[in-house]
Amino acid sequence: MRILRFRLNGDDVEIAAPDHWTLLEILRYRAGLTGTKQGCDKGDCGACTLHLDGRSVLSCITLAADADGRDVTTIEGLVSASGPDVVQDCFDEAGCLQCGFCQPGMIMASRQLVTENPAATRAEIKAALAGNLCRCTGYTKIYEAVENACRRTREGGGAAAAGVTRAAEDGADG
Amino acid sequence: MKAFDLVQARTVQEAAGLLPVDPADKSAMLLAGGQDLLTELKEHLAEPDRLVNLKGIPGLDAMTWEADGTLVIGAMVTVQDLEEHTRVRETLTALHEAAASVGSPQIRSVGTVGGNLNQRPRCWYFRSEEAHCLKKGGTHCYAAVGKNRYNAILGGFPSYIVHPSDLATALVALEAEVTLVSPSGERTLKLDDYFTLPREGSYQRETVRLPNEVMTSVRVPAPPAGMRSTFLKMQERESYDWALSAVALCLWMDGSRISDARLVLGGVAPKPWRCASTEALLQGRSPTTEATARAAGADALKDARALSDNGYKIPLTQGLLRRALQKLGA
Repeated sequence: MRILRFRLNGDDVEIAAPDHWTLLEILRYRAGLTGTKQGCDKGDCGACTLHLDGRSVLSCITLAADADGRDVTTIEGLVSASGPDVVQDCFDEAGCLQCGFCQPGMIMASRQLVTENPAATRAEIKAALAGNLCRCTGYTKIYEAVENACRRTREGGGAAAAGVTRAAEDGADG
Repeated sequence: MKAFDLVQARTVQEAAGLLPVDPADKSAMLLAGGQDLLTELKEHLAEPDRLVNLKGIPGLDAMTWEADGTLVIGAMVTVQDLEEHTRVRETLTALHEAAASVGSPQIRSVGTVGGNLNQRPRCWYFRSEEAHCLKKGGTHCYAAVGKNRYNAILGGFPSYIVHPSDLATALVALEAEVTLVSPSGERTLKLDDYFTLPREGSYQRETVRLPNEVMTSVRVPAPPAGMRSTFLKMQERESYDWALSAVALCLWMDGSRISDARLVLGGVAPKPWRCASTEALLQGRSPTTEATARAAGADALKDARALSDNGYKIPLTQGLLRRALQKLGA
């Protein structure tokens, strides 16, 4: 058992876990954050995608110890006092889900793309989401949602609601 | 996944000292990015008591260019950082293209160069917990007579895995070297010699790395002036996948003729497959003619022996080689 201290969705947390537990396991079974999904559990499907120091990673094949001292943002961390993140809004408006299991991972991967490249082309969006499987929709509506999130961010109003940006700023002071 | 202790090494020497000396002792393993290792642990292919963490050892994640243009890539440099490195893209194009083709964005953001070179094969019998195959100390390579459409057409006997590393294919074409550190010292060897064929040694490993050696860096010597290079890969899924076949080609031109070439095939053999006779054959030829593509394709695959389900890899590889010649000759 080891005690891990890290920033989780803007809060400092302490979590104790065995060395062989993954980041996904401590989030779901210790922190009670079940937004991050356990899909294939071996790095193939992207459902467990979250941000570690702002980079999208697969929490099912990341050891919990890797979070120690770092900044973790999950789907729960995207919602701010002013409401859902622009990417969440755009996924909602596009109606781009059926079962919804892939959505937290899709949104986290999309959130990183929109932050880094709000001028992303359709090809760049497809490349950024290559690691996220959706078995229901056929992806078209998902790509449209990300395009809308990019457009709204370019037009202003997207960045202010971005949980990633907020978490990164918090991380910089502590 | 079996419980293990995670031990943080502070230096490479300390990490090497925590590893077993005896190849039969599986009690400790190295952890780099973990993108392959965690899947091995979850599938019970590996059940160590201790993981020695290389993350956080100073200097292992640095990329440096020496005065003569040699690139030194720390073993813990992520695939994403290699992919995004501007000078790599401009001068070692095949390496950039190989890095960009690895896994998904999430895997490239965490997976390391050292981990990519040392990942274990993807053969579905090897990956299946139920199959006690030749690579796991059993008596049969089930791929030899079973379902083998992803398996080797070159150098396979008697274990028909293909090496899964895309970086390895490009790096062997670029004549890279690797440095290994153990408690008794350091050695540097050609990456081509680092990988081993099943018939050359143990069926259970893909490299000559000793159990207590730590790969610390990959050196890519400055290529002779005028090199053009490319890495082309065919995969079953467009999104991301391991190579069904891949070609790394480096060309030097004298006018419209090839003056020198290096050719390595990936996804078709248990190690990156260097085609020395094809490199010689290409000299003096025009890269874009059909005659060159046919002659080179026939020579590169002349030793290929298809299993029951993987004969398609022969024309597939020849087609990739044709495309690579046309791309670099254009």
